[in-house]
Parts: sequence; structure tokens; C-alpha cells
Amino acid sequence: MSNITTEQLDKIAHLARLKIEETDKPKYCNDLSSILNLVEQINAEDTSNVSPSAHSLDVTQRVRPDEVTEKNEREKFQKIAPLTEAGLYIVPPVIE
Amino acid sequence: MHNKTLAEYSKDLQSKKYSSRELTQCFLDRIAQYDPTLNSFITVTAEHALNAADEADKKIKAGHAHPLAGIPVAQKDIFCTLDVKTSCGSRMLDNFIAPYDATVVKHFNHASMVMLGKTNMDEFAMGSSNETSFYGPVKNPWHTDCVPGGSSGGSAAAVAARLTPAATGTDTGGSIRQPAAFCGITGIKPTYGRVSRYGMIAYASSLDQGGPMAKTAEDLALLLNVMAGFDPHDSTSVDRPVSDYTQILNQSLKGLRVGLPKEFFGSGLDPKIAELTHQAAKELEKLGAEIIEISMSKLNLSIPAYYIIAPAECSSNLARYDGVRYGHRAEHPKDLIDLYVRSRSEGFGDEVKRRIMIGTYVLSAGYYDAYYIKAQKIRRLISEDYQNAFKQVDVILGPTIPTPPFKIGEKTSDPISMYLSDIYTIPVNLAGLPGLSMPAGFIDGKPIGVQLVGNYFEEARLLNVAHQYQQNTDWHKQSPEMFK
Repeated sequence: MSNITTEQLDKIAHLARLKIEETDKPKYCNDLSSILNLVEQINAEDTSNVSPSAHSLDVTQRVRPDEVTEKNEREKFQKIAPLTEAGLYIVPPVIE
Repeated sequence: MHNKTLAEYSKDLQSKKYSSRELTQCFLDRIAQYDPTLNSFITVTAEHALNAADEADKKIKAGHAHPLAGIPVAQKDIFCTLDVKTSCGSRMLDNFIAPYDATVVKHFNHASMVMLGKTNMDEFAMGSSNETSFYGPVKNPWHTDCVPGGSSGGSAAAVAARLTPAATGTDTGGSIRQPAAFCGITGIKPTYGRVSRYGMIAYASSLDQGGPMAKTAEDLALLLNVMAGFDPHDSTSVDRPVSDYTQILNQSLKGLRVGLPKEFFGSGLDPKIAELTHQAAKELEKLGAEIIEISMSKLNLSIPAYYIIAPAECSSNLARYDGVRYGHRAEHPKDLIDLYVRSRSEGFGDEVKRRIMIGTYVLSAGYYDAYYIKAQKIRRLISEDYQNAFKQVDVILGPTIPTPPFKIGEKTSDPISMYLSDIYTIPVNLAGLPGLSMPAGFIDGKPIGVQLVGNYFEEARLLNVAHQYQQNTDWHKQSPEMFK
């Protein structure tokens, strides 16, 4: 039985770059614990001789020649950005 | 005018019985009249639609139009549409105007089909009831206090209420088939890789697959002819020729072997749905099919495996929403981490956060093998279960959903009970197979669907079986009284 504690919840939230409000934490701990208990049902199945399947058709990744196929449309794509300047995305300073 | 099949619209438009502009206006009027009740559209693109209709009319007049030219269609708001808001049902993308068209949308434009607007959906396609949408829940047209299913609930409700002749959906764990069943329409999830995912906002990339939703199997065949095909922009698109999906619609079902997995008829299934599923089997038997009881013992592992694999992929896919390049950005960030954390926490709703966090947990150091690799192994067992079944039968028949449509709000406080309703649809995604849901009756006035599953690239066969069934039944012809 997995039981997600508040400390674990904080750690997962940090890794996922999310913040869970204090008042919502008990509900999140409870929901995540229930989901983990659900998914742990797979442990009952012996899979020691089974190889993992990442893709239903077992195809391999296609590669293409290393050639430029798209034109640069920086201005168009930056038009939907929240904050840009001189062709750059603006974020808070990382190094003071 | 609003209750015809695509083949009928095609004939009427080509013979100039009415114009695409008149047809488009008819549906725009219905949307204006009924959608305030249903909430099935996030964006209605009326002006764009009428312009596209005029273009289609010109092509039809010139005599070189695609057979589906001028027929209106609605796009699920997960498909990027150039210069049109593409929200994916999320506050995160409430301000996102797509800078390009998804390949699927390009295909529809190329056929001169007319986009009416963008349909409501569960946030980032995560949900089975359309209640996780930032834009509010969609109502089921048959019972407006019930959910339409999800995540393509807006598309299903809009088709059922005849606000559009057809719509697109996407299906990661049942998101085309489950709402199709709940709304009394027909929907197909093609084989993984058959329809391009380019410009279709990602949830769980190894499972996501787009497909059409409409009133009849014949409509689906016509739409899939437009949607399917290899796309070099999608790295998992299958490079294999597309057949004409209408070609074998009229083939006889004589000798067709239909499997009924005995495990499907356990305690979780509403007995009335079990009965309707057996009735559907009998109908196919009358048409010459042979019904064979089969066993698929591993499918009960699919929900637990899915809720590892899908959240894992979602946590990775949704890492891109950082408040920097597009989408929601928190105000006055104090540093970069604060910008990420607050943009994401404000932009995502609870269900999306839950799945991101489960995915983050199962992929984190020390847990990866126990959860993710184990789930990938289970996935292989499920695929093998299907392949063994397809040695005995040509298609598998079963219920689409274990219960009739539930009430809005009934399951929102308990995510697990919501997850369990996808028991029959999820294994099909894990195996990457095509699956189709078609109307097969009613319980207390609420529509019930049955699901047909075929082997890889057997879409034409599923459409053939469904079409033959629909030639001999009229469940798919029923429409909700409130929206006649």
C-alpha cells in the first residue's frame, strides 16, 4: 500500500514545477495514494520473462536526412510569446 | 437539412440542391440556438466558415471539387488551427492562437470541408466526462443533467444534437469511443500511427490517435479517407498506403468470426448493457456472422498499466508549458523557478496536475523499473492477448462502457471511479489497435454503445461490420428530442 505523505507530495510537486496550496494537500495526498494503489495491481502479474513494449507496432524511430526543410519563422512564433524583446524571450534574471 | 448523412450532403451539394453557404448557415444557426444549452463549442468560427463555404461553392460550380467539399465539420480544440484559438480545454492555452494547421486540419481544408468551430473537451484530453474543461462541462443532448463522456465530449454532443454533421476527436484511452457511446453516435479510433499526430496537442504520445466522429459508419469511412495517411512531420506515423475505407462497406458478413470475450461480462457491467451487447451479437449472427466466445484474461491489467504509462508520458509532454514561449504566464515572477511554478499552477486544473504528479512520481529515481518498465511489460501481455484472440476471430465485440451516461458531478470527487469506466476502451490503446463504437440501444432514454475491435489496419473491416449492422438497425438514426 502506497501512502503519499505531505513531504513526498511537496517533493513531487517541486520536481513537476507545480505548487499545491496547503488546503488542497490532504485531497492530493489522498487521490495520489489511491491512484498508486490502483496501479500497483500490476505487481500481482509475473512478468519476469516479458520484454517491455514501448510501441504497439514495435517499429523503430524513423530518421531523415539532416537537411533544412522548414524556413525560420521566428517573428511569427514569437508573436504568441508572453514577453519578447529584440527576437529574444524575456525571463527573470537567472544570475544576479 | 440538418439530419442527413455525409453521402447525402455530398450528393445534394454536387447537384446544387442547396449551396455550402446555405448548409453552413443552417448549422451556424443551430449552434447559436442550441449551444448555449450544451456548451459543446469553445470557439465558433462563423465568419471563417462562411468564407470557406463560398470557396467550396466556387469549386463545386467549377466541377472539380472533392466529394466532401462544402460539408461542415467541427474540430476538437486539441487540433491546431492557423490563426484560430486552440485551447485544448485549458486555461494554460486560453490565449494560444495556433501559428499553423495540424495535418488533419490541412487535409480537411484541402478537401474544402468547412470548419464550423472548435469543440469543447476535457483539459488536455484528460478525463472521461468533459468536466475537467476550463470552459465548463458539456451537457449530454439526451439528458442535459448527464455528462456527454470525454475527452471528445464537445464533438460527440455537437454531432448528436445535429449542430455539425461530423467532428474530429482524439482517443488516448477511449476519448472518441466513450463519448460516442454516451451520445448515441458512431466513432472510430484508428490503428496507432494511421492518422497524423502533427499539430494534435500531445497528452500521451504512444497512445494518442485522432479519428472521426459522425452519425454512421459510412460517414466515418468517408472522413477517414480524408484524415488517414503517412505524414513525415509525425515521427510515429505509419508509412503504409491507405485503402479506400468505403470499398468494402457493403461486403456481406457471411462467415465473419466475431469474438465475445467472456471476461467482459463480469460484475462491473450493467446487466442491461450486457443484454444489449448480446442483442447486437445476435443481429450480426442474423447477418451471417459466427459468434465465438473467447477469453482475454490479461485485459483487467490495462487500467493499472495505463495509469502509469499515460501519466508518465503526460508529465514529460506537459513539461513544455513553462510560461516562456507561449501559453499562460504568471504575473510579476520573482525568479525563473517562480515563473515556471506559478504559470503552471495557475494554468493547469486539478486532473492535469494529478496526472503530471503521478507521472513524475513513477518516472522518478528508484521507481522507474517498478512502475514504468513493469507497465511496459504488461502492455506487451495485453497486445499478446489480442493477437491470440485474432487467431480465432476476425473482430472482437463488447460493450464500449460498463454503465450508461452518469450525472454531471457524480464522479468528480472520486477520480478512481471515473478511471474505471474506461475498462473496455483502454486496452485497445495499449495494444494500438483500431476500435469503433456504434449505438446499440437505450437504457431509460440514455444511449448505449457497443465496441468492435479489429487487428492492425483493419479499419475497413470494422466499418464494414458497423455499416452492415446499421443497414439493419436504426439506433444510429435516433436523435435527441430537445434538439430536433
